[in-house]
Amino acid sequence: MSISDKDVTRVAELARLKIADDQVANYRTGLSEILGLVKQMDECDTEGVAPMAHPQDIALRLREDAVTEQDEREALQASAPRVEDGLYLVPRVID
Amino acid sequence: MPHQFSLTTLRGMLRRREISSTELTQHFLNRIDQHAGLNAFISLDHEGALESAKKADADIASGQQGALTGLPIAHKDIFCTRRLRTTCGSKMLSNFTAPYDATIVERLSAAGVVVTGKTNMDEFAMGSSNETSYFGNVQNPWDTTRVPGGSSGGSAAAVAARLVPAATGTDTGGSIRQPAAFCGLTGLKPSYGRVSRYGMIAFASSLDQGGPLAQSAEDAALLLSVMAGFDSRDSTSINETTPTAEALLSKPLEGIRLGLPTEFFDTSVDATVLGQVREAIGVFESLGAQLVDVSLPNSSAGIPCYYVIAPAEASSNLSRFDGVRFGHRSEDAPDLKSLYENSRAEGFGDEVKRRILIGTYVLSAGYYDAYYLKAQKIRRIISDDFARAFEKCDVIVGPTSPTTAFAIGEKTKDPVSMYLNDIFTNTVNLAGLPGLSLPVGFDTAGLPVGMQLIGRFMDEASLLSLGHRYQQETDWHQQMPEAFS
Repeated sequence: MSISDKDVTRVAELARLKIADDQVANYRTGLSEILGLVKQMDECDTEGVAPMAHPQDIALRLREDAVTEQDEREALQASAPRVEDGLYLVPRVID
Repeated sequence: MPHQFSLTTLRGMLRRREISSTELTQHFLNRIDQHAGLNAFISLDHEGALESAKKADADIASGQQGALTGLPIAHKDIFCTRRLRTTCGSKMLSNFTAPYDATIVERLSAAGVVVTGKTNMDEFAMGSSNETSYFGNVQNPWDTTRVPGGSSGGSAAAVAARLVPAATGTDTGGSIRQPAAFCGLTGLKPSYGRVSRYGMIAFASSLDQGGPLAQSAEDAALLLSVMAGFDSRDSTSINETTPTAEALLSKPLEGIRLGLPTEFFDTSVDATVLGQVREAIGVFESLGAQLVDVSLPNSSAGIPCYYVIAPAEASSNLSRFDGVRFGHRSEDAPDLKSLYENSRAEGFGDEVKRRILIGTYVLSAGYYDAYYLKAQKIRRIISDDFARAFEKCDVIVGPTSPTTAFAIGEKTKDPVSMYLNDIFTNTVNLAGLPGLSLPVGFDTAGLPVGMQLIGRFMDEASLLSLGHRYQQETDWHQQMPEAFS
């Protein structure tokens, strides 16, 4: 199962992961090998089988729609790289 | 020497005041320092450990001890701890200090454990040899040119060398059981939902489970009884009472039926591994277990299925690492997109990137049905296979891994060959079932061999009781590598 350089760069962009030009071929080989492994799924007949997301097919627990969280902004932002006035700083987005 | 005793034995000694927690903790801290070459630890906390030990001694003196008061342990560096950094074996989190403790950290601390430090692991739990860690690989104490297994390699090496009597780990496709097998330990992956994932850095949310790496089923049961339990902060936590340690070890075993899947005993498994496993099965038989042939016909589909689902879930879970709210942030960020792309490129290692890319690919438009949806259907088929087998037996047995510990560097060139290590373990995660690896002997090179027991959902008691019974008849679990005695 092969994947093209273009596939690698498209997927890298979706994943917001920069792959250097000289590394694309490397990743293409690695991913192709994994897809080769994954192709073995074709040997399994899944006609009429419903997909299963939870290992025991259990639906997630629901709870009351009530506020339970405390304001812990300071503690939570203590590990942020760049914060000012309680806001996370990023490069300019809107011109 | 204190390090030659199990967690349970040490607990008795502490309670009878034959040794103090301070002495015990100092002894293990000395050993950890002495054997730093194993690279089993990422962070250490001598000061905190000795403070906890002092408090533990006071609690024992005043009769206020908890289930584990005064016992030194180590946590895999995937569990958030307020006091020590939590790196997940990655540059991305190399300076991250969590603002809270993971539920299992809280529960074990409330029971009185002394935390010595955080153990090394494959980066973001992705690996089977502890060779993908940003902090370097870990050595197997049984042969330091070999891997301890992964991703909980640091915890496994630390317990095998008796640098701590027990440690925590996590298991997504085999990451507790396979290192336990490679290092001669008893490692338990509980049923999905048994142990809270709150504060356990997520790799694949439908597969991850935290559990103990210990010297015996007895020790594992003690740890599970404290670690497990309903937690409203984990939306997948199962609301069922955790059995006591005694109950976990004393399930009646008369007439228990052990299922031997034909697929687990074929030629792809190393002959000595199979030999030791068969010998162990013979012991179970002599103890009254009945042997039944069963089949798990789609077990080989587990590998491709797992390597679609796990990376897909990982690509989603790891999208939170964007250089904004925590973790590594690139200096090379002229715009927002570059901030994301470069922070992630700089912060993640190759294996993690590979899995994020595969995960993103199989979830992307046009490929979702062929890959992710197909894998979820195979997941149901694998789960149904187990259910059918459990109509004929109570516990399924087989080798934990097709080989014993391989050499450092042997499989790093070929990621797919590394993935095949999981062949007997990852279907257990796909089906959410409990799995226990027990040490059952050694190969001709003196490397440990592990046997896996797989149980029905929430039936850790059958596994631990069988393991405990087996360990009362044999002493593989008491062996430790000569070089570290």
